Amino acid sequence: MTALEASGRNADPVVEQSTAGSRPPTPATDHPRRANVRKWAEIALFVGPALALFLTFVVYPVISAARYSMYKWNGVSQFSDAEFIGFENYARALFGGTSPDTKQAFTTAYTQPFWEALSHNFAIIFLSLAIQLPLALIVALTLNRKFRGRAFTRVVIFAPYVLSEVIAGTMWLIIFDPNGVATQWMRAIGLDMPAGGWFEDPTWGFWTVFFIITWKYVGLAIILFLAGLSGVSEDLQEAASIDGASWWQIQWRINIPLIGPTIRIWAFLSIIGSIQLFDMVWVLNRGGTAGQYSTIASYMMEIGFFRSDWGYGSAIAVIMFFLSFVIALAYMATILRRDNAHPGKAR
Amino acid sequence: METKGDIMANMRRAAAGAAIAASMALLAACSSDGGDDGPTSGATSGGGGGDEPVTLTWWHNGVAGDTGENSLGDYWDQVAADYMADNPNVTIEIEQIQNEDLQRTRIPTALQSGDAPDLFQQWGGGEMAAQAEAGYLMDLSDVLSDDINRLGGGVAPWQVDGVTYGLPFQFAVEGIWYRPSLFEEAGITDVPTTMDELGDAVQKLKDAGIVPIAVGAADGWPAAHWWYNFALRSCAQDVVASAGTSLDFSDPCWVDAGDQLQAFIDTDPFQPQFTSTVAQTGATSSAGMVANGDAAMELMGQWNYFVYEGFTDGSDEAIAALHEDLDWFPMPATDGGSGDPSAAMGGGDGFSCYVDAPPECADFLAYIVSDDVQRGYAEAVGGLPVAPAASDAVTDPVLQKIAQTTSSAAYVQLWMDTLLGPNVGGAMNDGIVNIFNGTGDAQGVVDAMVAAAATS
Repeated sequence: MTALEASGRNADPVVEQSTAGSRPPTPATDHPRRANVRKWAEIALFVGPALALFLTFVVYPVISAARYSMYKWNGVSQFSDAEFIGFENYARALFGGTSPDTKQAFTTAYTQPFWEALSHNFAIIFLSLAIQLPLALIVALTLNRKFRGRAFTRVVIFAPYVLSEVIAGTMWLIIFDPNGVATQWMRAIGLDMPAGGWFEDPTWGFWTVFFIITWKYVGLAIILFLAGLSGVSEDLQEAASIDGASWWQIQWRINIPLIGPTIRIWAFLSIIGSIQLFDMVWVLNRGGTAGQYSTIASYMMEIGFFRSDWGYGSAIAVIMFFLSFVIALAYMATILRRDNAHPGKAR
Repeated sequence: METKGDIMANMRRAAAGAAIAASMALLAACSSDGGDDGPTSGATSGGGGGDEPVTLTWWHNGVAGDTGENSLGDYWDQVAADYMADNPNVTIEIEQIQNEDLQRTRIPTALQSGDAPDLFQQWGGGEMAAQAEAGYLMDLSDVLSDDINRLGGGVAPWQVDGVTYGLPFQFAVEGIWYRPSLFEEAGITDVPTTMDELGDAVQKLKDAGIVPIAVGAADGWPAAHWWYNFALRSCAQDVVASAGTSLDFSDPCWVDAGDQLQAFIDTDPFQPQFTSTVAQTGATSSAGMVANGDAAMELMGQWNYFVYEGFTDGSDEAIAALHEDLDWFPMPATDGGSGDPSAAMGGGDGFSCYVDAPPECADFLAYIVSDDVQRGYAEAVGGLPVAPAASDAVTDPVLQKIAQTTSSAAYVQLWMDTLLGPNVGGAMNDGIVNIFNGTGDAQGVVDAMVAAAATS
C-alpha cells in the first residue's frame, strides 16, 4: 500500500515536468511509457484469457454459424463440398424461399413451423409479462414482512428455479402422463384430460407447457422482487402509514415504484430467456410431436441436428441471435436507460 | 398397483437419466485420447496384415441398460479379446457409446474431423450412402467378397450401387407382438393374417374392454412404422427401393399409404392419448402396457422382446412367465396395392470401416460376422444373426418365428427413415405423426418429403 502511494507520488512531478516540455527527454520520461506498458500488460493479463475464451467459444461459433447458414450442407459431407446458396436458407425460413417451384412446398414444410415456433416465443414473452409479473409482485409484496417460517417459504418458492430443467421436466412428464397424477385428479373431479393428452394436444399442449414454465421461473421473479423490496427504506412506509396511506397505497405508490429497476431487469431477463427457451421444451418432448410447444431454439435443434439440415439450422440460429441482440439493445436503449442514466446525470 | 407402477416409472427414468449422464462423462473423457491411433494407422496402411503392431479403434452401441447389464457390450469385449489372442499384433480399443449419441453426434463429428474410429456402428441406408458419397467409408466389396456372398441378401442395405460399405451382424423384420391370454379373453382364436382380420380382432378386444394396440406415438417413429408397412404393401418393390436414391415420391401409392393409415386410425385401434405415449420408458409406455397386460398388441422390431423383459422384476421365473404369454405374428397383408403381401419391413445393425483404417479392420469385421461369432452372438445376446449357418443358434421359439419370417419374406425393405436418411426420413416421420395428431393428412406426408428432398 505505502509502496504504491510512494511510487504514485514520485510519478506525478515527472509527468508535470515532461509535459511542460522545459527539459529534453531524459530517462525519466520512460516512466509514463513504462506505466503505460504495465497498464496494458495488466489489461492483457486479466482480460486476455477471458477474451480468448469469448472469441473462441462465442464469437467464432457465431461467425461459423453465419458462414454455414449460406450453404446447403447435410453435416455429413465435407463442408468444402457444400454448395453456396447465399441467403436461400433464410428465405426458406422466412417466406418459403425464392424459387417458385418449391415455394408452396417450403411454405408448408418450413415457413409455417418456423413462424409457429417464433409465435410461441413471443406468446411466452407476452404471457410472462402479463401473468408471471403480477403473480410474482403479489406474492413478493405479501411475503415482504416478518413472519415465522419466512426463510422456509422463500426456499420453497425458489426451489423450482434451482431444480435442473431435466429433472423438473421429467417430473412433469410423470405427473401429466395419460395415466399420471394430474389425470387422476381431473377424473376425480369429473373432468377429463385434453383429447390428445396434456402435452401433445394441439390446443392445450402450449398451455400445459406455459404452466410448467411459470412454475419453474416465477420463483426467480419473486426472489428478485423480495430482494428489491428489502432495499426499500422502512422509514418511507412508516411515514406513509402515519400520513394515513392504506397498505395498498403504500405498495402502489412507494414499494412498486422503488423496485422499478428490479422489475425492469427481471423483465429483461425474462424476455431474453423466453426467446432462447430450449431446455424445458426439449426435455418434455422436443417441442411436441407436431410442434405444439416448439420454440425457435427447439425448432433449430430439431431441423438442424436431427434432420441433418445444418445450413438451414444455422440460419435459424443466426436469426435467433439477431432477434435476441436487437431486442436486448432496444430494451437497454429505451427501458433500461432510465435506470442506467443516473450516474451520468450526476456527472 | 398404480403407485408401484409410478415408482417403477420413476426409477426407470432416473436410471435412463443416469445413463445419459454417464455417457456424457464418457464423451468428455474420451475426447482427449483421439490422437492415439493416428500415427499407428498411418504406419500400417501399406502393410497387408503383417506383424507390425496395429491399433484398431471400435465404436459400438452396446451400453449398459437400466439394470446395469450389458450383454452386447460384454460379448463384443470378448470377441475383441479372442481376436487379439489370435492376432497378437492387433490391439483393439473399444468405446461403448449410447445409440443416439453415437449416431447423431459422435460419428458425424469424428468423420468430419478426419480422425474417425477405424470400425464403427453402421445402420445402412441413406445415412451410409451420404457417408460413402463423402468418401469416408472403406470399399469392402473385394476384400470381403466371400463374406458378402456367405451372408446373402441381408447385406443389401449396406450397399450403394453394388458397392459394399459395411456388413450387418444382425437383421430382422418387424411384426406384431401380442399377448395370447388377452386374445383368448376376447375370443380371438387365430392370429390375423389380413388387415380385415386385424380389424375384427381390434373390435373383439375393444368389446372385451381391452386396449387392442399400443403405439408410442410421442416418440414419432413407432407411429411412423405403421405408415411404412402400409407403404410397403401399397408401393411396388422398386418404387420403395429406388426412392432411397431418387427421392421421387410422385407415385400415388405414397399418398395411398397415408389414406390407409387414416382409415385404420379411424377404427380407433390404439390406446387413449396415444400421441402422449412414449415407446419404451416407464410402465405407461407402449412397451410397458403390453408387458403389463394393459394392451394386447404392438408393432415393433425384435428388440422389443428384451424391452418387455425389462418390465419384469428380472427374475428367471418372471421372465419365463412373460415368455409364456408373449407371441409374435407378421404384419397382416393389406388388400390390393402393388407391393407383395409377404414383403416385410426390417432393419439391422452393422459396422463400417473408416476409409483410412488399416486393413486389419476389414479382417476383424469378417471375424465379427463369421459363423462362429454370429452363433455366439445369438446365444449370448439373443440377437438374430445374419449368417445363415448361425440360424440354428436361435433357440427361442418366438425369435425363431421372426427369423423364419425374415428369411421367407418375398423381400425385406429397410426401415423407411433409415432408407431415406435423416432429412427426408425425419420429414416423413413428422408428417406421419401429424396424421396421428389429427393435424395433417396423407398428402401432407408426401408434401413434407418432397419439400425435404428439394433441400438435400
